[in-house]
Amino acid sequence: MNIAVLTKQVPDLVEGVEIDSTGKAVDPDSIRYILSESDDHAIEEAVLLKERNQARVEVFSLQTGEVRDSLCMALAKGADRVVIVTTGLEAPPSNHTAAKIFASVLQGLPFDLILTGVRAIDDLDGSLGGLLAGYLNLPYVGLVRKVELANGAAMAVVQKEFPGGYAAELEVKLPAVLGIQAAEQPPRYVPVSRLRQVMKTAKVEEQEATPPKSESVAVERMFKPEEGAGATMVSGTPEEVARQIVNLFSERRLVR
Amino acid sequence: MSQDVWILAEHFQGRLNDITLELVGKGRELAQAKQGKVAVVLLGSNVNGLMSELAGADVVFVANRPEFREFTPEAYGAALEAVLKDAHPWVVLMGSTSVGLDLLSLLSARTGKPCLDSCTRLDIRDGRLFATSQIYGGKLFAEVALSDTTTLVAVVPGSFPKPENAAAGRPEFQEIALAALPEPRTKFRKLIEPPPGDVDITKVPVLVAVGRGIQNADNLSMAEELAEALGGTVCASRPVIDQGWLPLTRQVGKSGMTVKPKLYLAFGISGAPEHWEGMKNSELIVAVNTDPKAPIFAGAHYGAAVDALELLPLLTEEVRKANLKKAS
Repeated sequence: MNIAVLTKQVPDLVEGVEIDSTGKAVDPDSIRYILSESDDHAIEEAVLLKERNQARVEVFSLQTGEVRDSLCMALAKGADRVVIVTTGLEAPPSNHTAAKIFASVLQGLPFDLILTGVRAIDDLDGSLGGLLAGYLNLPYVGLVRKVELANGAAMAVVQKEFPGGYAAELEVKLPAVLGIQAAEQPPRYVPVSRLRQVMKTAKVEEQEATPPKSESVAVERMFKPEEGAGATMVSGTPEEVARQIVNLFSERRLVR
Repeated sequence: MSQDVWILAEHFQGRLNDITLELVGKGRELAQAKQGKVAVVLLGSNVNGLMSELAGADVVFVANRPEFREFTPEAYGAALEAVLKDAHPWVVLMGSTSVGLDLLSLLSARTGKPCLDSCTRLDIRDGRLFATSQIYGGKLFAEVALSDTTTLVAVVPGSFPKPENAAAGRPEFQEIALAALPEPRTKFRKLIEPPPGDVDITKVPVLVAVGRGIQNADNLSMAEELAEALGGTVCASRPVIDQGWLPLTRQVGKSGMTVKPKLYLAFGISGAPEHWEGMKNSELIVAVNTDPKAPIFAGAHYGAAVDALELLPLLTEEVRKANLKKAS
């Protein structure tokens, strides 16, 4: 059983994102990159599958930001091999381009299951998993929260989320691509000491790929939500804020 | 390319989803500006009952077949790929939903047509169609001018109003002629109902919602105390549920519940579109977040840029005082 996990780095929103001077893209200097959250869940689900089924887990990422740290973390969690795919591109590519790059990297390799986070905060042109499945002509299921193997690992049984707390149980013949929404358990914690230890000996491989042309949409302009357009802001010390908010409740008879 | 607007219908348990009617409403406005038609693509089994709801369309393409009884990305994707192969509508609209998200990317790769996700606005200016998407957790908008080729667009539910009056048109129904589909590699097994036994947060008048800013499970007790004082219930955004701190039944947003309480108090929730979608129609939204630029403040009625963890016990104390005053 061979599992590939495709990951990407996205801006850390805690640090904020700014628009560059062209007004059409984010300013790379304003960004600190971190692993996309649902990709973290995809890695966790892959490691869980490995623990339960003796699979081999390989994690791939395009060269963006501090990708080496994220990949070492994946090794510390239980991945068997980690690979940076270098493209020579300066900015993170569109998902169409990324999917074509990953398709060229994975083509012909014996993967049974390809996992990726179902969504990333910078997704504009669809999701990576669905695009990749389309290019490789593999089945795809997104918004997956649970994966089990069946039929001697020839099939995955997955739960796909729907609104209102519903889910559908689907069976998917392998090889297939799954877009992971949430792993069965929160991504595991790796102590810093363990990570440091892994980083000393970690082998992070590099593989070159040529970025293809793709049919992505072009952004005309980016803008921020209008500030102050929405909420009436309550200010003061926390005690004053609390009193003002409770006054709002009283006015609306929301306190008993 | 024609000037027609196509809409992919979504339905669940014998009813059309609101997003489909929202898109038919918006689609009509767009098509009228270009003298195009509104066409709905309806895949399913025993869907005849849904057709009366689609009176706002000019054409309904129907495939009524047992293999479409339940949604699988593979079967629906194959059918849509076949339908789109020789058709060149202006734009194909679908929901940015569990169904639409899977199909958007699959279809874009299979047909070579560009696609756009997380769209919250569609405007025609100088005869061109502009789509605006909310990305980076709602912190930025990206506006895209659609090109001269058919574009697939996934629209966030609730972005456009559902037409109030049922349309009175008489759409033309066309059966979709499909060649035999290949043996499916994806099969539906069963529907899993939401776990029973918990409080139904869609029926609670006051919700105290917590997000990532709550930091750890121990801090939940502060939210619970406030909820108790207000006669409400605690609910949460996705990250809190994924950590296992609250059950799935308490999740508000895209794959969770859609709620409309009298009061929605959001603590440490940034207001990403996936969450906003599930609570935007609350009667009164009060948001507390240390980040004054958090997108939640753009839509909330009242906001405070203070530390939720510091404010929670103070609020509980004030609410208890107010309750006592009322009681005396």
